[in-house]
Amino acid sequence: MTTTLPAYDEVVARYEPVIGLETHVELGTNTKMFCGCPTDFGGEPNTRVCPVCLGLPGSLPVANKAAIEATIRIGLALNCSIAEWCRFARKNYFYPDMPKDFQISQYDEPLCFDGYLDVEVGGELVRIGIERVHLEEDTGKTLHVGGATGRIHGATESLVDYNRAGIPLVEIVTKPVPGTGALAPEVARAYVTELRDVLRTLGVSDVRMEEGSLRCDVNTSLNLPGEEWGTRTETKNVNSLRSVERAVRSEMLRQASVLDAGGKITQETRHFHEDTGDTTPGRSKETATDYRYFPEPDLVPLAPDPAWVAELKAALPELPRLHRRRLQEQWGLSDLDMQSVLNAGAVELIEATVAAGATPAAARKWWLGELSRRANETGVELADVGATPEQVAELQGLVDAGKLNDKLARTVLEGVVAGEGSPTEVMTNRNLEVVSDTGALTAAVDEAIAANPDVADKIRSGKVAAAGALVGAVMKTTRGQADAKTVRELILERLGAQG
Amino acid sequence: MSELIKLTATEIAGLVAKGETSAVEVTQAHLDRIAAVDDRVHAFLHVDTEGALAAARRVDERRAAGEELGPLAGVPVAVKDVLTTKGVPTTVGSKILEGWRPPYDSTIVQRLRDAGTVMLGKTNMDEFAMGSSTEYSAYGPTHNPWDLDRIPGGSGGGSAAALAAYEAPLSIGSDTGGSIRQPGAVTGTVGAKPTYGGTSRYGLVAFSSSLDTPGPCARTVLDAALLHQVIGGHDPRDSTSIPQPVPDVVGAAKLGATGDLTGVKLGVVTEFTGEGAEPGVLAAFRESVDALAKLGAEIVEVSCPHFRYALPAYYLIAPSECSSNLARFDGVRFGLRVGDDGNRSLEEVMSLTREAGFGAEVKRRIMIGTYALSSGYYDAYYGQAQKVRTLITRDFTAAFEQVDALISPTTPFVAFPIGARTADPYQMYLADLFTIPTNLYGGPGISVPCGLSDGLPVGLQVMAPTMADDRMYRVAAALESVVGTFTPPAL
Repeated sequence: MTTTLPAYDEVVARYEPVIGLETHVELGTNTKMFCGCPTDFGGEPNTRVCPVCLGLPGSLPVANKAAIEATIRIGLALNCSIAEWCRFARKNYFYPDMPKDFQISQYDEPLCFDGYLDVEVGGELVRIGIERVHLEEDTGKTLHVGGATGRIHGATESLVDYNRAGIPLVEIVTKPVPGTGALAPEVARAYVTELRDVLRTLGVSDVRMEEGSLRCDVNTSLNLPGEEWGTRTETKNVNSLRSVERAVRSEMLRQASVLDAGGKITQETRHFHEDTGDTTPGRSKETATDYRYFPEPDLVPLAPDPAWVAELKAALPELPRLHRRRLQEQWGLSDLDMQSVLNAGAVELIEATVAAGATPAAARKWWLGELSRRANETGVELADVGATPEQVAELQGLVDAGKLNDKLARTVLEGVVAGEGSPTEVMTNRNLEVVSDTGALTAAVDEAIAANPDVADKIRSGKVAAAGALVGAVMKTTRGQADAKTVRELILERLGAQG
Repeated sequence: MSELIKLTATEIAGLVAKGETSAVEVTQAHLDRIAAVDDRVHAFLHVDTEGALAAARRVDERRAAGEELGPLAGVPVAVKDVLTTKGVPTTVGSKILEGWRPPYDSTIVQRLRDAGTVMLGKTNMDEFAMGSSTEYSAYGPTHNPWDLDRIPGGSGGGSAAALAAYEAPLSIGSDTGGSIRQPGAVTGTVGAKPTYGGTSRYGLVAFSSSLDTPGPCARTVLDAALLHQVIGGHDPRDSTSIPQPVPDVVGAAKLGATGDLTGVKLGVVTEFTGEGAEPGVLAAFRESVDALAKLGAEIVEVSCPHFRYALPAYYLIAPSECSSNLARFDGVRFGLRVGDDGNRSLEEVMSLTREAGFGAEVKRRIMIGTYALSSGYYDAYYGQAQKVRTLITRDFTAAFEQVDALISPTTPFVAFPIGARTADPYQMYLADLFTIPTNLYGGPGISVPCGLSDGLPVGLQVMAPTMADDRMYRVAAALESVVGTFTPPAL
């Protein structure tokens, strides 16, 4: 179906969006949620399994205390209340990647509930309500072979890998977020970004969206001003921060075009496509699946000791927003400058670069300048651009030591990003070091003076400004590798002029 | 017939320990007995001849090496087919697990091995432990050694019949609504349901997780206590396992055997001695109550008004849990797979597998449970049943403020003829009328033979507070010291 989508400005002028986000986080515990199998990523299929996570008859789950602790810490960091008593529940549905054909999850008694997370968008603070944070087990992975799409339809064989089955999974559900208007896509992205940073700060997950350890479903609806909230769709397969923003925006545009044409929004799951940036319908939710939740009888209720919870709360690390505020002061940045650092996703990178020895100003210059430009060009996150904070600090060190000038440094950075090695290695291998050997330079200067007698005369007669032309000539013959300041001093010296 | 098979477990262990017989000899005697009679009794689904003899040889070697042996070393045990046994077929009496050899041992079986007992094989049962006659086994019924045309009780009819037929001196059962006690009662053997959480469920193929309780079966109370001691106690693999030591059940059985119940106050459950039970059962029960009084026990009547709602509550809770527990039998990872011809969808293969693999009673309960848990019905059925469960627990708690233990007939009727109650599920469900309240409460219960009615055994049930399993052993052993044990006619 090809329809012309309305312009975004028009959509937000006519409709009010409501968004909501469900985020799944694989915890970085050593063992699975209900058994002792390891959780490391990338093993041969079905090698991290036992009777429990395979759901063999007779096996029983035993809850992983480290996962419960991590979930409570997440809840505390998100300003949630922690349940004094709660239970796991069984979510019943048949699917081969669910070894028991039910998932141990939580239903009406989540471990953490009723919190919030403040995020900054365009300098404004937006408070995102947190409905609940609960703990469950991940499913296995199904691989459909033989079809064109990799989906089950048309496949000739389905293979299941249970290595992931039973890995602790935390689900974080926001309350519906109305009132963000045109900023809705940005708010969604800012929330997931902030949440990711919080989770990383807590050290509970490696939060890698591309490996699926952080997964996000985006709920979107549109309504006319003053009217009830519209029917929402749930967009899955949103695998990067950028996609979160694109998915909301794309779904807003699509829904507006349906509503503009007098149509109705179907409550359904939609799949986001990274390549086209749009969504296509998945499973319809009109006939809602009845999961027949009931309290998991194989597990005892959770009743976290309030004293323990208080200890966990007291031991929480400094959370990203406060951390950023502190960095902003340390780096001496204005709100606007800090905002551009945030927008670029460069806070941690700059922090690490400073830790590796660069000045804040230099670190910021590289990450927001050359490297941001490259990330935008290639469509990757800044962190994945190909240079590490350590390399950037090393590069700046070479500049500070006079071994590279700004232009050469950018060339070296290109080499680093291209994977040619460390800045020093690239500099050496490409022979880019500034020529500071005065003997070699003097020859080049003399050559330039000889080739430009008119200019030399002007300088001799006191027109020192004319030296620039000779500097340029020397730089040309040395392929930019001379230090311009040294060249200038040499020229003036040879011509007996005063700088 | 070797005299070895007539011995109690206690006697066998004693002879093996003293070297007066060997574990291999004892095991061979029981294997011979199984070979001689099990085609008529059908207590076993699988006899592990080689495994049993190998285990027996290890015991004999350890004894020869001077190692100290446990109190049941060298004693053969039959295990209900509901418990996983590594490498040994485990079917749960169902076609859906035909041929499945588990890759792991249940905790109970592991403890039996560690104790040096000899596992003879796996015993017949109603499919997934759902039934009271063993007629719902997918592999054919077990016959009661007292009368081969009658049922041995269920679901653990195989474990009880194996004892009564002298095929094993000890066996393991599991009790969700009476599946240890009722078979014990109708075969004239002892069956004990421990406190829920007192024995590990790890490796017990689940029927109803909040009710399932594995436990010991034997021909004497002391033997049952010894087996209880070996299999009981905390298991970190079972979250619902109670982190406390096993009550001193062996000491209590020995104390009871002295025949002195002075200072023990017993409550006869009023609701279970009325119209619901056969006259012959009630008569044997009354005589036993008199006998207990003569041993010094104070007897009072105790009313438990909510017990009458136990059966309906049970038939919502157990099916609800089973509808979820049995979901995993889908043909994907283990057991039967039907219809996988390359053209059918996954859902079709799952459906065909479950249709072919489950029997009618199992399907009935899955459907009841699925319905009871459905959105919109949950509160009216499952939720309401949980409230009834609380009321029944309160009845027990209140009763145990007055008395040390409750007593009743184990089951309303003696062994009925095969086929007599299969047409009407409700008639079958009534067999567990007196045993179900204990499961809903979670406390321990034991059935001990107390007499005969028309030549068929009658059982008396002793119910005790949670983690006071020792009390029921004391009372049961005291009764046994007076009425003795009961031997069926020769097969």
